[in-house]
Amino acid sequence: MTEATQPVPVPPPARRRKRARDGAMIDHYRWWEVVGIYAGIVLFLIFILAPFVEGFLVSLKPLSELFSTPYSFWPENGSFAAYRTMWTSVPGFWRYIVNSFLISSVVTVVVLALVIPAAYAFARFSFKGMGPVLGAFLAINMFSGAVLLIPLFRLMRTFGMLNTYWAMIVPGVAFLIPSAIWLLRTYMMRIPKELNEAAYMDGASQLYTLRRVILPVAAPGITVVAITTFIGAYAQQFIFALTFNSRTEYMPLPVGLFAYFGKQEVIWNELMAASFVGITPALIIIFFLQRYLVGGLTAGAVKQ
Amino acid sequence: MLDARATRIFAWLLLAPAILYVLIIVAYPLVATFQLSFTDASLRRVTNWVGTRNYERIFNATFAEVILRTFVWTFCSVLLKMVIGMYGAVLLNSAVPGRSLFRILTMPPWIVPMAIGIFMWGWMYNGQFGMISGLLQRFGLTDGPVAFLAYGSTAFWATIVTDVWIGVPMVTIYFLAAMQSIPRDLYEAAWTDGAGRWYRFRRITLPLMAPAIITMSMLSLIATFNSFDIIWILTQGGPSGQTTTMIIDTYQTAIGSKRYGEGAARAVVICIFLSLFCLAYFRVTRRLSAQH
Repeated sequence: MTEATQPVPVPPPARRRKRARDGAMIDHYRWWEVVGIYAGIVLFLIFILAPFVEGFLVSLKPLSELFSTPYSFWPENGSFAAYRTMWTSVPGFWRYIVNSFLISSVVTVVVLALVIPAAYAFARFSFKGMGPVLGAFLAINMFSGAVLLIPLFRLMRTFGMLNTYWAMIVPGVAFLIPSAIWLLRTYMMRIPKELNEAAYMDGASQLYTLRRVILPVAAPGITVVAITTFIGAYAQQFIFALTFNSRTEYMPLPVGLFAYFGKQEVIWNELMAASFVGITPALIIIFFLQRYLVGGLTAGAVKQ
Repeated sequence: MLDARATRIFAWLLLAPAILYVLIIVAYPLVATFQLSFTDASLRRVTNWVGTRNYERIFNATFAEVILRTFVWTFCSVLLKMVIGMYGAVLLNSAVPGRSLFRILTMPPWIVPMAIGIFMWGWMYNGQFGMISGLLQRFGLTDGPVAFLAYGSTAFWATIVTDVWIGVPMVTIYFLAAMQSIPRDLYEAAWTDGAGRWYRFRRITLPLMAPAIITMSMLSLIATFNSFDIIWILTQGGPSGQTTTMIIDTYQTAIGSKRYGEGAARAVVICIFLSLFCLAYFRVTRRLSAQH
């Protein structure tokens, strides 16, 4: 892996200004180019954000206004009433939030426990057989849960895991392993080998080196992996929760809301209010950690 | 330097828990799916070996249609993701004030629970009260309300648009990172020679981003092919099967109708396609890394 393929973080503006004058000239736009860029960005962001804006406006509208024609974009009598009423009328909303957090936390812990040693092995040691094993791990990404559902269903039934939290945790972990290994391995490969050698010279055992030398150095990378895994667990693997669990008390947020969404009379403003409350943690994470997320996302994929 | 044998044993020990886990939760079910596909297993029936009957049964006109639809769906979605993602990356890469804010604003579809984003689209597509239909009427583009999810052709495109929406942030951010790793000197040299923006994009950016574009489109292809949540939440494969892709079809057969054997046969067909994609992917990436 060469420096050139490393993901380049967003360059801070100060460094850019220090560049040669030619470089500055490249970034000099005519006024109509600036207008064009902003217009393009607005168009792009409209596509990205329209559902959220509309969803938010829906959560503010009273039902009567929602089901009136002609359609009006802005709420006339907007209020946060739906945010108050949904706690009681979306059945088990609290439960869904707690379940989602619980499932995602356990999934993250299990993934880290499995992936930290494996990523270290892939990053530090190389000998026959390791390449194919790494390839096999990454190939998991390519098989969707749907093709494994029937045997998994039977497996879960045998072990009595259906309709428990394990029904969502156990298969969820498997599908988050590949990206976590990929990310953490890339991160660990950047840790200088000299650290291992120095520890060896001091007579430290392999396991001691991993625990006391490598883990502390890798902590920031592990944090990023933990965050992306948590988000992944919180957001995805809808299909497992849908198939392996039919009990409301164990449903994670997306499936719980889907059960509600699927009913005949949906109280849309409350559903949207519930959705916004449900995604707030993710939005907060984006806001504070976007830089890490960008780095994490690209580190995994750019490297080939 | 270190004892080679001890090191090797240690490395395998580190790998063992993860390997074991994946063997039980992924590899075993894969083998079991293959085995099931030759039986008539269903919810109640005792499992009998039926040879290739399931396979003979599924290869009919309907299934051929499903396969074709899956490929058209996947192709259109991936193509749109690449084009829009590149468009977004170019815009967000331009040195205008506010771009780091714009970068944050592209991320929500990628990071919020997929299902919730899809609910919002579900409402936007609503024929009577939804935003898209409402705006189209307001601007006089259509006479009456348009129920996008009620007709096959519009539902097909509606699910694609939602899939593109979910995929675009990741493609954009990834392309942006790839774009920024291109040495600036190249642009400066071209600029000195009087090359315009479009020329520089076409002759420097695009060729140097080819590996990133290929990698991303392969990954995107696999993810899109496997897409389940969007179609299931929006249309459940309807109206009258017009948005049924192979994954949806498999789910309906295996879980919906509890015909495990036939579902497993469909899953095996999916696996064959995915393996071909995988093979192509590894081939291409190996060739690309050999060039560097």
